[in-house]
Amino acid sequence: MSWNRRHFLAMTGMATGTALLPAPMVMAQARPRVVVIGGGTGGATVARYLAKDSEGALDVLLIEPTRRYYTCYFSNLYLGGFWDYDALGHGYANLASDNGVNVVHDWAIGVDRDARTVRLGGGGSVGYERLVVAPGIDFVEGSVPGWDVSSQHIMPHAYKAGSQTQLLKAQIEAMPEGGTFAMVAPPNPYRCPPGPYERVSMVAHLLKQSNPTAKILIVDPKESFSKQALFEEGWQKHYSGMITRIGPDFGGNNVEVRPQTMEIVIDGEAEKADVCNVIPAQKAGLIAADAGLTDDTGWAPVTPQDMRSRLDRNVFVLGDSSAQGDMPKSGFSANSQAKVAANVIRADLTGSRAFPARYSNTCWSLIADGDGVKVGASYEPSEDKISSVESFVSKTGEDTDLRRQTYEESIGWYKGITADVFGAPTA
Amino acid sequence: MNRSFRRARHMGVAAAAIILAVATQGRSDQQQGAAPIGDAEAGAAVFAEDCAACHQIGKGATDQVGPQLTGIFDRPAGAIEGFDYSPALQRMGADGLIWRLKTLDAFLANPVAMVSDTAMIFDGIADSPRRQDLLAFLRAHSAQPGDIPESAPTAKAILFELPPETAALVGDPEYGQYLAQECATCHQGDGSAEGIPAITGWPAPDFMAAMHAYKAKLRPHPVMQMMAGRLDDEQIAALAAYYEQIGE
Repeated sequence: MSWNRRHFLAMTGMATGTALLPAPMVMAQARPRVVVIGGGTGGATVARYLAKDSEGALDVLLIEPTRRYYTCYFSNLYLGGFWDYDALGHGYANLASDNGVNVVHDWAIGVDRDARTVRLGGGGSVGYERLVVAPGIDFVEGSVPGWDVSSQHIMPHAYKAGSQTQLLKAQIEAMPEGGTFAMVAPPNPYRCPPGPYERVSMVAHLLKQSNPTAKILIVDPKESFSKQALFEEGWQKHYSGMITRIGPDFGGNNVEVRPQTMEIVIDGEAEKADVCNVIPAQKAGLIAADAGLTDDTGWAPVTPQDMRSRLDRNVFVLGDSSAQGDMPKSGFSANSQAKVAANVIRADLTGSRAFPARYSNTCWSLIADGDGVKVGASYEPSEDKISSVESFVSKTGEDTDLRRQTYEESIGWYKGITADVFGAPTA
Repeated sequence: MNRSFRRARHMGVAAAAIILAVATQGRSDQQQGAAPIGDAEAGAAVFAEDCAACHQIGKGATDQVGPQLTGIFDRPAGAIEGFDYSPALQRMGADGLIWRLKTLDAFLANPVAMVSDTAMIFDGIADSPRRQDLLAFLRAHSAQPGDIPESAPTAKAILFELPPETAALVGDPEYGQYLAQECATCHQGDGSAEGIPAITGWPAPDFMAAMHAYKAKLRPHPVMQMMAGRLDDEQIAALAAYYEQIGE
């Protein structure tokens, strides 16, 4: 049986009225259904590639509560004044109209892996042949004593982009002259390894113009961090004297916060801050744990050849919530993993050709206006994990032309990947 | 005739020999002794015939249609202040391409292997001895060997021709489509280019030449060297076959 676009649209139209009725197995027999939980970079990519490449042979249903997704990547550039907030947002219309993905704006609140159904917050459930779980991150409760979500309006994390990012920016802009911006950095592993340090760079850039006597304090439980030499060189060059980092040797690993008094207690000593960005320790998005897909690390282990859950062969876990080996938790990684999973799922369900897995990642960071750096690696599945094959990183002391080109390349990448994930805006 | 319009070349020439200069592993130029690159006097004739319509060289040379070429050796690509280089050449310069024996040789053998959208309307010189003579001539108009010990200017490049069977490989576009998913993270499928060049609708021989040049680390750019570095000949051919099809 082959499908063309007209058949496919007819089928989609027909199914609209019945898709959410509690008779999923009937639909599943008509066309195998793949349910994707989470419409971030990993989830939207896998949904788009499954729908696009199967040409209607698969019923792809994407569950995502928000109507508009704001990428974490480039949200620091918004903080620094280099990117519009609106340009971070991406809707799901292209996935629905161009690719025929059934986009369901709802919460997935439970997975019955024996019955192969996903329960929806709005009521009812949907059945699946294969399930893809890509819920991103949640925070480890109690990892920063004194902080929980009830105080995120005072001390924002801004580590899931959206209103939190806007709040943090508003707080920075309202800082008193000569005030202090503090960041509680997360322990490994966490989303976007260079993210906190790019954020510090962008906050410094903003403050240097509007509030040049302000100070930035990083309280960090880690000995070292991603692109450290590049960031430290850039901070010295562009923001000399503004940024102080307290590592574990000086109590960076012994921190609590007091949101009501805007204090950070470092090794027993309280410091006042005007803005306090708390980025707690992280774990897989809650639904992954609810579905029984995580282990005692809090992340969901997968096999390196295909991103399949080690705990259920019918389930795939993508992106930040997966424990796969050497790849960093990044949008680029999630996009790369999603393509591997889509290829495997399609081969599973439609008999299409399966090609060996290939993974790659590159992370660009902006240190100051036109001063971009990058780090990247290619990866291959080894016996028990995804292993790094080759890597590169920008060098200290690079000339300004190369740094500017790297920055321009990162903008090209943003446009490229968001078109690849959410579909290009219709011409 | 070496000089022709690139468009015509794209349409007419199929997998003409893709010639790349590649350092033989483990042997640096310095170890090769001081064999002359070629015959500079014969090179002067080559220059007059193939280059002089657009380039000047020597004392008092100025930029014409092309930039002046005095001191080209050890000069970063696109480095002459005020000359209006193509974006592609500027990109290569910013990426770190420096004109040395190997990179110039590869560029002169097949300009688009090194700089995909170069504005230089020139097919290249497939004939290696002729190219070496030209290089010797260019070399004579650059700083002398003693001044730049690291560039080993008097040593012969170790030339390596992409085996004809590799250049003639016809890729599997379906495999190419799968492999291209990796490219699509950065290079836009609709051929738009902003900060990252477009790669759609590109003639397969050029695509292959460029990828092999990255793989051989002749073309600078860390991401592309890494990406190309783990593609084998068949995979490069598959990608070339796929990208030639789309966006046309």
